[in-house]
Amino acid sequence: MDIKFTGPEPTSAERLAVDAVLGPPESAWAGGKRNMDLEGRISLLGGSKARSFRDRLLPAFHAVKERFGWIPPGAFHYICKRLTVPPAEAYGVATFYHLFSMEHRKPTEVHVCEDIACRIKGSGELFNALVNAHACSTEIGIRKSPCLGLCERAPAALILKSGEQPTGGAIGCATPGNVQDALTTNSFPDQQQNWLTHSVPQLGQPQLRLLARVGHTLPQSISGYQATGGFEGLTNAIAIGPLAIINEVIASGLMGRGGAAFPTGKKWEAVAHASGPTKYVVCNADESEPGTFKDRVLLEGDPLAVIEGMAIAGIASGATKGYIYIRGEYPLSVNRVQNAIDASLASGWLGSNIQGSGHTFHIEIRKGAGAYICGEETALFNSIEGKRGEPRNKPPYPVHVGLFGKPTLINNVETLANIPWILRLGGAEYAGIGTGNSKGQKLFCVSGHVANPGVFETPFGITLKQLIALAGGTPSGAPIKAILLGGAAGTFVGPDQMDVPLTFEGTRAIGASLGSGVVMVFDETTDLGDILVRIAAFFRDESCGQCVPCRVGAIRQEELMQRLRVGQPKGSAGQEVSLLGEIAQVMRDASICGLGHTASGAIQSALRIFGTRTMQKPVPEVKP
Amino acid sequence: MSDSSYWFQPPPRPSLIPMRPQTPISPPVEVSIDGEKVSVPAGSTILDACKKIGRDTPTICYHDTLEPVNVCRVCVVEVEGSRILVPSCSRKVEPEMVIQTASDRVRHSRKMVLEFLQSSVDLSTAPQILDQARRYQTNPARYGDPSPPAIQNERDHHHAGHHEIPSGEMAQTVAQPPKVDNNLYVRDYAKCLLCYKCVEACGTDAQNTFAIAVAGRGFDGRISTEYNKPLPDSACVYCGNCIAVCPTGALSFKSEFDMRQAGTWDESLQTQTDTICSYCGVGCTLTLHVQENKIVKVTSPFEQEITEGNLCIKGRFGYSHVQNIEE
Amino acid sequence: MFGAGGGTNSYEEIENTNVILLWGSNARETHPIFFHHILKGIHNGAKLFAIDPRRTSSARWADSWLGLDVGTDIVVSNAMAREIIASGLHNPDFIRHATQGFEAYARSVEPFTLDFAERESGVPKETLREMAHTYAQADRAIICWTLGITEHHNAVDNVQSLINLALLTGHIGKYGSGLNPLRGQNNVQGGGDMGALPDRLPGFQHIEVDAFREKFNRKWNTTLPPKKGLNLTEMFHAMENGSLKALYVIGENPLQSEADRKHAEKVLRGLDFLVVQDMFLTATGELADVVLPAAAGWCESEGTVTNSERRVQRVRQALVPPKGAKDDLEILFELARRLGHDWGKPHAREIWEELRSLSPVHAGISYERLASGKGIQWPCWDDSHPGEMFLHGRLWEKPRNGPPVAFTPVAHDPPVERLCPEFPIRLTTGRRLDDYNTGVQTSGYSSPLRRGETLDLSPEDAQKLGVFPGEIVLVVSRRGAIQAPVRVTESLRQGLAFMTFHFQDNINTNILTIDETDPRSGTAEFKACAIRVERLVA
Repeated sequence: MDIKFTGPEPTSAERLAVDAVLGPPESAWAGGKRNMDLEGRISLLGGSKARSFRDRLLPAFHAVKERFGWIPPGAFHYICKRLTVPPAEAYGVATFYHLFSMEHRKPTEVHVCEDIACRIKGSGELFNALVNAHACSTEIGIRKSPCLGLCERAPAALILKSGEQPTGGAIGCATPGNVQDALTTNSFPDQQQNWLTHSVPQLGQPQLRLLARVGHTLPQSISGYQATGGFEGLTNAIAIGPLAIINEVIASGLMGRGGAAFPTGKKWEAVAHASGPTKYVVCNADESEPGTFKDRVLLEGDPLAVIEGMAIAGIASGATKGYIYIRGEYPLSVNRVQNAIDASLASGWLGSNIQGSGHTFHIEIRKGAGAYICGEETALFNSIEGKRGEPRNKPPYPVHVGLFGKPTLINNVETLANIPWILRLGGAEYAGIGTGNSKGQKLFCVSGHVANPGVFETPFGITLKQLIALAGGTPSGAPIKAILLGGAAGTFVGPDQMDVPLTFEGTRAIGASLGSGVVMVFDETTDLGDILVRIAAFFRDESCGQCVPCRVGAIRQEELMQRLRVGQPKGSAGQEVSLLGEIAQVMRDASICGLGHTASGAIQSALRIFGTRTMQKPVPEVKP
Repeated sequence: MSDSSYWFQPPPRPSLIPMRPQTPISPPVEVSIDGEKVSVPAGSTILDACKKIGRDTPTICYHDTLEPVNVCRVCVVEVEGSRILVPSCSRKVEPEMVIQTASDRVRHSRKMVLEFLQSSVDLSTAPQILDQARRYQTNPARYGDPSPPAIQNERDHHHAGHHEIPSGEMAQTVAQPPKVDNNLYVRDYAKCLLCYKCVEACGTDAQNTFAIAVAGRGFDGRISTEYNKPLPDSACVYCGNCIAVCPTGALSFKSEFDMRQAGTWDESLQTQTDTICSYCGVGCTLTLHVQENKIVKVTSPFEQEITEGNLCIKGRFGYSHVQNIEE
Repeated sequence: MFGAGGGTNSYEEIENTNVILLWGSNARETHPIFFHHILKGIHNGAKLFAIDPRRTSSARWADSWLGLDVGTDIVVSNAMAREIIASGLHNPDFIRHATQGFEAYARSVEPFTLDFAERESGVPKETLREMAHTYAQADRAIICWTLGITEHHNAVDNVQSLINLALLTGHIGKYGSGLNPLRGQNNVQGGGDMGALPDRLPGFQHIEVDAFREKFNRKWNTTLPPKKGLNLTEMFHAMENGSLKALYVIGENPLQSEADRKHAEKVLRGLDFLVVQDMFLTATGELADVVLPAAAGWCESEGTVTNSERRVQRVRQALVPPKGAKDDLEILFELARRLGHDWGKPHAREIWEELRSLSPVHAGISYERLASGKGIQWPCWDDSHPGEMFLHGRLWEKPRNGPPVAFTPVAHDPPVERLCPEFPIRLTTGRRLDDYNTGVQTSGYSSPLRRGETLDLSPEDAQKLGVFPGEIVLVVSRRGAIQAPVRVTESLRQGLAFMTFHFQDNINTNILTIDETDPRSGTAEFKACAIRVERLVA
């Protein structure tokens, strides 16, 4: 390609950082040293091959960001050269992801969650305190972040330290003090094994299946994993072969746990039947829905189960390569999964000729870089391919045209974690657990005003009331005002809906949805208006901007919510509500993807239940 | 025969007319549009089918010579069995599809898309879009007065995932001063509705120069060179193929921009004449837009198979030598 | 070729071919819209080979670039042929059916082993082998070339060597396979089609064939001389030896566009009478006895041009020409009148109708049919014929339709001017995207890309010479010396320098170039002369 590079040359440190992830350059035209003996007469790296490296773009940006805290122009142009990606395109990609900055940033950043579960636990105050504490620092920058997936330990912060030895980690139940400690000591207590006990209140209970190993077994220990039934599913899968695997999954009645609840077996069957020699398995671990943290708990606590699920999916579909796309805010998950992959490879449970079966399956981790939209499956593909995380129009569906244009089996982490269990137990027996259309056990992310927030695993059929009781009810015993089901893209329900069974069909019956299993509880002290304004701001931030209904709709919705918040509606509040209805309808009807379709759902449901007065700040009661 | 016989005698006429190898033709697909049956070749889009029976289907981001990106969503229609509306520009027809183009949902979405654009983008040089807006009876004023324009380059620094919380009093827009950094092009991004056409034309769909791309995210999305460099520092080769496909006048030739500024641009005085570019042997059709015996703009017809509406810098701008006349 | 002087394919075929050899052409910059079709081909999966001494912007799109030494094209093409034959990848059925002279050709390429070719051209033999095999094994393959093939003293041999490759593999006469010279101006093709060749009447009808001449004699009521005229080289020789005394130049600027400017100037000044008809007072015009101001052909007059895919297209008047300037036709008609022949009022349409009554390949192209934007490709035999998308399909007909086509063995003949210690650097010339030829037209608009003339050097040469970018140096060839600023570019290797000829009013590149022309085509060896570079500052 005749790409024009006008940027500065990389410094040697920048070059090192990039080469560390991409390897040495193959050609002077791809950033290498000019050697006329080799390249005076021929192209070492010709056209189509040179253009085939674009999917390394995000890994390269990550490497530079981890080294410098931002993406300096010299490193940026060097990456473009290395990968034969036009700089304007690469710039468009980098600026899409909020963890990448093209402008100078301080080497250490503390991301303070400003999303729902954290803001009701004082994340605003935490942010202000940290900003004040580090106002003059040239080393430490404080930034607001969308949901960090640590809702059970709100408020949360994430420290990302760049440098030659980049470190970082999450801080749950963050205070200015423990954040400062982590910054000073460079240690992250949350990375210890035992923290998981805080996330899994049911720890040790016998009915746990998906969470059985979490907190008990070392995440990368193959022997520990096998001692608890690990790889039995994969062994069975190898024995029975693709067709029978798919039949078991179909028989299990497993529905996708990512939010869309598509029958998993059907998806697998479609990929297996799709034509072409190259197929992919993708694990969607871009868990970004505010209020959701179950996938993180699985990735950190039992990564081998996810790997085993992916390997089974590979055998069933005929794919030999899998990607697991983990959000950039989950450094510990990345670490644990990588260790688990390495251990699996070493023990022959991944790689070529798995356990002598002749099956080959490799897994590569790809890290997100701060974009909620990449949880949408086609946006996720684009992100892996080194593009902006913009969703594609469907059809064609991923089972036919997915990653790199090939048939692709994409499942959520929790869905894949169910697979080894199904293959061990048999689909029919699995289908005996749960209710009508909701089979198996479900992970619920319970947070907000409950005594014991965390991930709960129960068979389908538990009611909202029972689940909240399991989490210890509201800490103060204060009455519940509202429950958010399914996250920011979900629905608010009132306390009158406490008897709803938390199944796909049960929630649908009351016009809500289970989504990713979020159950966020708000007691009567909650300033709901603040939360609704935040939800509107969240979608305005996270809309990819591709389609008009969502790009402009999200901003008009936010403006409207602000007007209600400050009590200055255009016309009457009723007119605003009907305008919101019109905005919501075009977003739902005409947006490209699920983000736009659901961006108004929670807000509309809250206004329907509580009226527009709930938008205004509660005035503290004046005692006579 | 001697081996040089054809040197003196033209070769005989081939017995068959040379043709492109025929691909097998699949049977046509019949669909129903607003109750009317229409049959179109397999692989056609719903938009093709709508056009065939003259159904009103507004489009903005769609262009015959570019891959559909289906981002504007103004062409949406209702397809039976689909929970959401579908973009007619990219969705292929399927047998027995039942399509509604004038249902309340369709009309509502089209109206809202147009209204959203009017409320956020300067459409003053996009008369066709304004026409559509009138037809769908939009009312952009209900979002409030437009917010004041950003200062030069301010929007180019917006970081994804962070924005200032608006007051809600005024409707935010993309208003900003035009970027004038060279003698041939003006980029007036206050008029940009992010249809992606220019990016496609600069990219794989035509020019393959990749000087511009969509940067940023959400409402802060923008068309940008790397690091928002001025065009002369970018990869731009001034083919003008982006300007040719811009539906709103956000991209324009400097000649047109200057004349509009001076109030001398008058399309009623202009003639358009097709001729052939003289700068190489490819044979690109040039449409010369002439006002008062001066070329004021050069385009190429999109339906012209050689160019598909594209030109190079010489064809697009190399006409000054016929009008640098000092009278 | 084969009696029809035009590219054999349509642009759309290049989008749907499997292998493209882009030979001696930087189409990305010199034929940008044609390159769009190549790019579509690339995106559709075609493999692109670029054969060019420079790693040009076109070559940077290629899957494989072959940076041969200037003027070793025949080494490469003959070596390809030898490798194809030796590997049994030639097309014996096609060769038997449609060609003659294969055995002699095969013998002629026998010495061109890959080792020899690597030594002579500089291109590693693995790369040569890969190109040969890929080309021969492709389902469809197209060779395109430009002035890198034809601006040599042995231009015709160069072209012939490429034709041989197509015959050898049968990559001719089929959709997506063929041979395509890219024309440098909008009517290079049309000029030849219309008989602006020394030996041809319109429609490639040879002037020495009685029947053709008779047809024209009848129509024009005259007697055409039965002998061919002079090509450009021969004209210059004739001017030099005094047998050609008067010259009428229409729309050319030979003083600046001919190689070896000093020589060209001497010859033109030696004429008894020089007429220049142009839209500007060119440098050549300055020497003329009579200057006839002409309208701009492409926008101030009516007529047709023919492009590189043989498509006849309408040119239309959009502007009123400046006062005093006249359409070329008007000038010619007026001249005829003054010479005693009243041809009436000139009308482009009538002239076209006359042409198609005389040229069978244009017979079906009526002016009405030309009205649509698309134009029509010749040969177009009658009013209902669509025009031929590709040529020479007849060669595949069974039984064969018409005479076989012949292989023409060609020998390698390196550039006339060898490198030597005194002139150690090879200078090759070419064009850039935003400028055109001698700059007569393009200097009028202000291109943000324009950087003026430079002497482009490899980083290695710049370092060795101790020159820095922007430094003005003296460039010396055997014919003269000029000053030019240095530009260092990675697209050149040591020993290879590059200049354009767009800025002759300031920097006269053709002072340096060598006036060694191909006696058959009349084109000069602009692509190869020997220079040295001297620093002006100590």
